[in-house]
Amino acid sequence: MNPAINTALNSNLDSTTAGMAPVGTPYFFYALAALAVVSGFLVITRRNVVHSALALIVTLLSVAGLYLMLYAPFVAGVQIIVYAGGIMVLFLFVIMLVNIERSYKERRFNRIWPVGLGAASALFALFIFAFAKGRPLFPDRMMALPESSNTQQIASMLYGEAGRMGQYTFAFEIASLLLLVAILGAVIMTKKKI
Amino acid sequence: MVPITTTHYLVVAAALFVLGVIGVLTRRNVVVVLMSIELILNAVNLNLVAFSRMWGNLHGQVFSIFVTVDAVAEAAVGLGIVIAFFRNKETVNVDEIDLLKW
Repeated sequence: MNPAINTALNSNLDSTTAGMAPVGTPYFFYALAALAVVSGFLVITRRNVVHSALALIVTLLSVAGLYLMLYAPFVAGVQIIVYAGGIMVLFLFVIMLVNIERSYKERRFNRIWPVGLGAASALFALFIFAFAKGRPLFPDRMMALPESSNTQQIASMLYGEAGRMGQYTFAFEIASLLLLVAILGAVIMTKKKI
Repeated sequence: MVPITTTHYLVVAAALFVLGVIGVLTRRNVVVVLMSIELILNAVNLNLVAFSRMWGNLHGQVFSIFVTVDAVAEAAVGLGIVIAFFRNKETVNVDEIDLLKW
Protein backbone atom coordinates (compact mmCIF):
# COMPACT_ATOMS: atom_id res chain seq x y z
CA MET A 1 0.00 0.00 0.00
CA ASN A 2 1.15 3.52 -0.67
CA PRO A 3 2.83 4.78 2.54
CA ALA A 4 1.25 8.20 2.22
CA ILE A 5 -2.22 6.68 2.15
CA ASN A 6 -1.26 4.45 5.02
CA THR A 7 -0.21 7.32 7.26
CA ALA A 8 -3.27 9.25 6.21
CA LEU A 9 -5.46 6.30 7.21
CA ASN A 10 -3.63 6.01 10.52
CA SER A 11 -4.01 9.67 11.35
CA ASN A 12 -7.64 9.45 10.37
CA LEU A 13 -8.09 6.50 12.72
CA ASP A 14 -6.30 8.33 15.50
CA SER A 15 -8.45 11.38 15.13
CA THR A 16 -11.65 9.31 15.23
CA THR A 17 -10.71 7.12 18.18
CA ALA A 18 -8.94 9.68 20.35
CA GLY A 19 -10.58 12.87 19.20
CA MET A 20 -14.21 12.36 20.08
CA ALA A 21 -16.42 10.03 22.03
CA PRO A 22 -18.77 7.62 20.27
CA VAL A 23 -21.94 9.28 19.06
CA GLY A 24 -25.02 9.08 21.22
CA THR A 25 -23.37 7.59 24.31
CA PRO A 26 -25.23 9.88 26.76
CA TYR A 27 -28.58 8.66 25.41
CA PHE A 28 -27.60 5.05 26.11
CA PHE A 29 -26.52 6.03 29.60
CA TYR A 30 -29.75 7.84 30.39
CA ALA A 31 -31.88 5.04 28.94
CA LEU A 32 -30.08 2.34 30.93
CA ALA A 33 -30.09 4.41 34.12
CA ALA A 34 -33.81 5.17 33.81
CA LEU A 35 -34.55 1.49 33.14
CA ALA A 36 -32.53 0.44 36.18
CA VAL A 37 -34.17 2.94 38.53
CA VAL A 38 -37.74 2.36 37.28
CA SER A 39 -37.48 -1.41 37.52
CA GLY A 40 -35.77 -1.05 40.90
CA PHE A 41 -38.84 0.92 41.98
CA LEU A 42 -41.06 -1.89 40.68
CA VAL A 43 -39.04 -4.41 42.72
CA ILE A 44 -40.01 -2.79 46.00
CA THR A 45 -43.62 -1.93 45.13
CA ARG A 46 -45.12 -4.96 43.36
CA ARG A 47 -47.55 -7.09 45.35
CA ASN A 48 -46.68 -10.29 43.50
CA VAL A 49 -43.21 -11.47 44.52
CA VAL A 50 -42.60 -13.11 41.14
CA HIS A 51 -43.12 -9.72 39.45
CA SER A 52 -40.58 -8.24 41.85
CA ALA A 53 -38.07 -10.92 40.85
CA LEU A 54 -38.62 -10.26 37.14
CA ALA A 55 -38.20 -6.51 37.67
CA LEU A 56 -34.99 -7.24 39.57
CA ILE A 57 -33.71 -9.18 36.56
CA VAL A 58 -34.36 -6.12 34.36
CA THR A 59 -32.45 -3.96 36.86
CA LEU A 60 -29.50 -6.36 36.89
CA LEU A 61 -29.35 -6.49 33.09
CA SER A 62 -29.41 -2.71 32.74
CA VAL A 63 -26.67 -2.39 35.37
CA ALA A 64 -24.69 -4.88 33.28
CA GLY A 65 -25.16 -2.50 30.34
CA LEU A 66 -23.80 0.33 32.49
CA TYR A 67 -20.74 -1.84 33.24
CA LEU A 68 -20.20 -2.25 29.51
CA MET A 69 -20.33 1.53 29.13
CA LEU A 70 -17.65 1.75 31.84
CA TYR A 71 -15.37 -0.57 29.83
CA ALA A 72 -15.74 -3.46 32.27
CA PRO A 73 -16.83 -6.38 30.05
CA PHE A 74 -15.75 -9.09 32.48
CA VAL A 75 -17.76 -7.63 35.36
CA ALA A 76 -20.73 -7.27 33.00
CA GLY A 77 -20.47 -10.95 32.08
CA VAL A 78 -20.21 -11.97 35.72
CA GLN A 79 -23.23 -9.81 36.46
CA ILE A 80 -25.36 -11.51 33.82
CA ILE A 81 -24.20 -15.07 34.51
CA VAL A 82 -24.03 -15.04 38.31
CA TYR A 83 -26.75 -12.56 39.23
CA ALA A 84 -29.34 -12.78 36.48
CA GLY A 85 -28.60 -16.44 35.85
CA GLY A 86 -27.78 -17.95 39.23
CA ILE A 87 -29.11 -15.86 42.09
CA MET A 88 -32.42 -15.03 40.44
CA VAL A 89 -33.12 -18.71 39.71
CA LEU A 90 -32.46 -19.37 43.40
CA PHE A 91 -34.90 -16.60 44.33
CA LEU A 92 -37.58 -17.93 42.01
CA PHE A 93 -37.15 -21.43 43.45
CA VAL A 94 -37.69 -20.13 46.98
CA ILE A 95 -40.69 -18.05 45.88
CA MET A 96 -42.25 -21.20 44.46
CA LEU A 97 -41.52 -23.12 47.67
CA VAL A 98 -43.13 -20.63 50.05
CA ASN A 99 -46.74 -19.94 49.27
CA ILE A 100 -47.46 -16.64 47.62
CA GLU A 101 -51.26 -16.82 47.47
CA ARG A 102 -51.51 -15.64 51.03
CA SER A 103 -49.50 -12.49 50.36
CA TYR A 104 -52.04 -11.22 47.81
CA LYS A 105 -54.51 -10.49 50.58
CA GLU A 106 -52.05 -8.98 53.03
CA ARG A 107 -50.53 -5.57 53.49
CA ARG A 108 -47.38 -5.09 51.46
CA PHE A 109 -45.69 -2.60 53.78
CA ASN A 110 -45.24 -2.72 57.52
CA ARG A 111 -46.83 -0.26 59.89
CA ILE A 112 -43.90 2.10 60.23
CA TRP A 113 -43.31 2.54 56.50
CA PRO A 114 -43.45 6.38 56.63
CA VAL A 115 -40.49 6.34 59.00
CA GLY A 116 -38.47 4.12 56.67
CA LEU A 117 -39.40 6.21 53.65
CA GLY A 118 -38.42 9.44 55.42
CA ALA A 119 -35.11 8.02 56.61
CA ALA A 120 -34.24 6.71 53.15
CA SER A 121 -35.18 10.03 51.52
CA ALA A 122 -32.95 11.84 54.00
CA LEU A 123 -30.16 9.42 53.04
CA PHE A 124 -30.67 10.21 49.34
CA ALA A 125 -30.61 13.95 50.04
CA LEU A 126 -27.37 13.43 51.96
CA PHE A 127 -25.86 11.54 49.01
CA ILE A 128 -26.81 14.27 46.54
CA PHE A 129 -25.52 16.98 48.89
CA ALA A 130 -22.22 15.16 49.29
CA PHE A 131 -21.86 14.66 45.52
CA ALA A 132 -22.66 18.31 44.83
CA LYS A 133 -20.25 19.55 47.50
CA GLY A 134 -17.54 17.06 46.64
CA ARG A 135 -17.68 17.57 42.88
CA PRO A 136 -13.95 18.52 42.73
CA LEU A 137 -13.07 15.23 44.41
CA PHE A 138 -14.49 13.29 41.45
CA PRO A 139 -12.48 14.45 38.44
CA ASP A 140 -14.32 14.62 35.15
CA ARG A 141 -11.60 12.78 33.29
CA MET A 142 -12.29 9.18 32.42
CA MET A 143 -9.08 7.19 32.10
CA ALA A 144 -8.86 4.90 29.11
CA LEU A 145 -8.88 1.28 30.18
CA PRO A 146 -7.61 -1.36 27.73
CA GLU A 147 -10.87 -3.15 27.05
CA SER A 148 -9.43 -5.98 24.97
CA SER A 149 -7.14 -7.27 27.76
CA ASN A 150 -9.58 -6.57 30.60
CA THR A 151 -10.21 -10.20 31.51
CA GLN A 152 -6.51 -11.05 31.28
CA GLN A 153 -5.51 -8.22 33.60
CA ILE A 154 -8.19 -9.12 36.16
CA ALA A 155 -6.98 -12.72 36.03
CA SER A 156 -3.36 -11.73 36.61
CA MET A 157 -4.43 -9.63 39.61
CA LEU A 158 -6.49 -12.50 41.02
CA TYR A 159 -4.29 -15.50 40.25
CA GLY A 160 -0.87 -13.93 39.69
CA GLU A 161 1.27 -14.38 36.64
CA ALA A 162 4.60 -16.03 35.75
CA GLY A 163 4.61 -18.12 38.91
CA ARG A 164 4.23 -15.21 41.31
CA MET A 165 1.19 -14.72 43.52
CA GLY A 166 -1.09 -11.92 42.43
CA GLN A 167 -2.11 -9.00 44.57
CA TYR A 168 -5.47 -10.53 45.39
CA THR A 169 -4.64 -14.25 45.40
CA PHE A 170 -4.96 -14.58 49.16
CA ALA A 171 -8.27 -12.68 49.18
CA PHE A 172 -9.45 -14.96 46.37
CA GLU A 173 -8.74 -18.04 48.50
CA ILE A 174 -10.56 -16.49 51.44
CA ALA A 175 -13.54 -15.87 49.14
CA SER A 176 -13.56 -19.53 48.12
CA LEU A 177 -13.57 -20.47 51.81
CA LEU A 178 -16.53 -18.12 52.33
CA LEU A 179 -18.42 -19.85 49.52
CA LEU A 180 -17.69 -23.26 51.05
CA VAL A 181 -19.03 -22.11 54.42
CA ALA A 182 -22.11 -20.64 52.73
CA ILE A 183 -22.83 -23.91 50.90
CA LEU A 184 -22.52 -25.92 54.11
CA GLY A 185 -24.67 -23.40 56.00
CA ALA A 186 -27.40 -23.45 53.36
CA VAL A 187 -27.48 -27.25 53.26
CA ILE A 188 -27.60 -27.61 57.05
CA MET A 189 -30.21 -24.85 57.35
CA THR A 190 -32.61 -26.55 54.97
CA LYS A 191 -32.20 -30.10 56.28
CA LYS A 192 -35.18 -31.40 58.23
CA LYS A 193 -33.11 -33.49 60.64
CA ILE A 194 -29.41 -32.98 61.19
CA MET B 1 -25.02 17.44 25.50
CA VAL B 2 -23.24 17.04 28.79
CA PRO B 3 -20.65 14.24 28.71
CA ILE B 4 -21.21 11.43 31.17
CA THR B 5 -18.91 11.80 34.16
CA THR B 6 -18.28 9.73 37.25
CA THR B 7 -20.82 11.76 39.19
CA HIS B 8 -23.60 10.61 36.85
CA TYR B 9 -22.86 7.01 37.71
CA LEU B 10 -22.65 7.87 41.40
CA VAL B 11 -26.12 9.43 41.32
CA VAL B 12 -27.60 6.35 39.62
CA ALA B 13 -25.91 4.11 42.20
CA ALA B 14 -27.22 6.31 45.03
CA ALA B 15 -30.75 6.02 43.64
CA LEU B 16 -30.50 2.23 43.47
CA PHE B 17 -29.02 2.13 46.97
CA VAL B 18 -31.85 4.23 48.41
CA LEU B 19 -34.47 2.10 46.66
CA GLY B 20 -32.90 -0.94 48.29
CA VAL B 21 -32.91 0.74 51.70
CA ILE B 22 -36.60 1.63 51.28
CA GLY B 23 -37.35 -1.98 50.40
CA VAL B 24 -35.48 -3.30 53.43
CA LEU B 25 -37.18 -0.85 55.80
CA THR B 26 -40.75 -1.03 54.55
CA ARG B 27 -41.59 -4.37 52.92
CA ARG B 28 -42.99 -7.24 54.98
CA ASN B 29 -42.13 -10.15 52.71
CA VAL B 30 -38.67 -11.38 53.64
CA VAL B 31 -37.93 -12.54 50.08
CA VAL B 32 -38.43 -8.98 48.83
CA VAL B 33 -36.17 -7.78 51.65
CA LEU B 34 -33.42 -10.10 50.38
CA MET B 35 -33.98 -8.80 46.83
CA SER B 36 -33.59 -5.24 48.15
CA ILE B 37 -30.27 -6.25 49.67
CA GLU B 38 -29.24 -7.44 46.21
CA LEU B 39 -30.18 -3.98 44.89
CA ILE B 40 -27.96 -2.38 47.53
CA LEU B 41 -25.00 -4.59 46.67
CA ASN B 42 -25.49 -3.80 42.98
CA ALA B 43 -25.35 -0.09 43.75
CA VAL B 44 -22.06 -0.67 45.58
CA ASN B 45 -20.71 -2.61 42.60
CA LEU B 46 -21.67 0.20 40.22
CA ASN B 47 -19.80 2.69 42.42
CA LEU B 48 -16.71 0.49 42.49
CA VAL B 49 -16.64 0.02 38.72
CA ALA B 50 -17.21 3.74 38.11
CA PHE B 51 -14.29 4.62 40.38
CA SER B 52 -12.18 1.97 38.66
CA ARG B 53 -12.86 3.77 35.38
CA MET B 54 -12.12 7.14 36.95
CA TRP B 55 -8.66 6.13 38.19
CA GLY B 56 -7.80 3.97 35.22
CA ASN B 57 -6.90 0.83 37.15
CA LEU B 58 -8.68 -2.44 37.75
CA HIS B 59 -8.72 -2.66 41.55
CA GLY B 60 -12.35 -1.56 41.66
CA GLN B 61 -13.43 -4.23 39.21
CA VAL B 62 -11.61 -6.96 41.16
CA PHE B 63 -13.24 -5.74 44.35
CA SER B 64 -16.67 -5.74 42.69
CA ILE B 65 -16.14 -9.44 41.93
CA PHE B 66 -15.52 -10.04 45.63
CA VAL B 67 -18.73 -8.14 46.43
CA THR B 68 -20.56 -10.43 43.99
CA VAL B 69 -19.17 -13.50 45.81
CA ASP B 70 -20.46 -12.00 49.05
CA ALA B 71 -23.90 -11.45 47.51
CA VAL B 72 -24.06 -15.07 46.40
CA ALA B 73 -23.15 -16.36 49.86
CA GLU B 74 -25.66 -14.02 51.49
CA ALA B 75 -28.46 -15.06 49.14
CA ALA B 76 -27.80 -18.78 49.64
CA VAL B 77 -27.76 -18.60 53.44
CA GLY B 78 -30.62 -16.08 53.61
CA LEU B 79 -32.92 -18.13 51.42
CA GLY B 80 -32.02 -21.25 53.42
CA ILE B 81 -33.11 -19.45 56.56
CA VAL B 82 -36.35 -18.39 54.82
CA ILE B 83 -37.16 -21.99 53.88
CA ALA B 84 -36.34 -23.29 57.37
CA PHE B 85 -38.48 -20.59 58.94
CA PHE B 86 -41.39 -21.13 56.58
CA ARG B 87 -41.34 -24.82 57.42
CA ASN B 88 -41.73 -24.06 61.13
CA LYS B 89 -43.95 -21.00 61.20
CA GLU B 90 -45.88 -20.98 57.88
CA THR B 91 -45.12 -17.31 57.32
CA VAL B 92 -42.52 -15.18 55.54
CA ASN B 93 -43.50 -11.79 56.99
CA VAL B 94 -40.73 -10.04 58.86
CA ASP B 95 -43.06 -8.52 61.45
CA GLU B 96 -44.25 -11.99 62.44
CA ILE B 97 -40.69 -13.21 62.92
CA ASP B 98 -40.39 -11.99 66.50
CA LEU B 99 -39.31 -15.01 68.53
CA LEU B 100 -36.36 -13.15 70.00
CA LYS B 101 -38.41 -10.06 70.88
CA TRP B 102 -39.96 -9.81 74.34
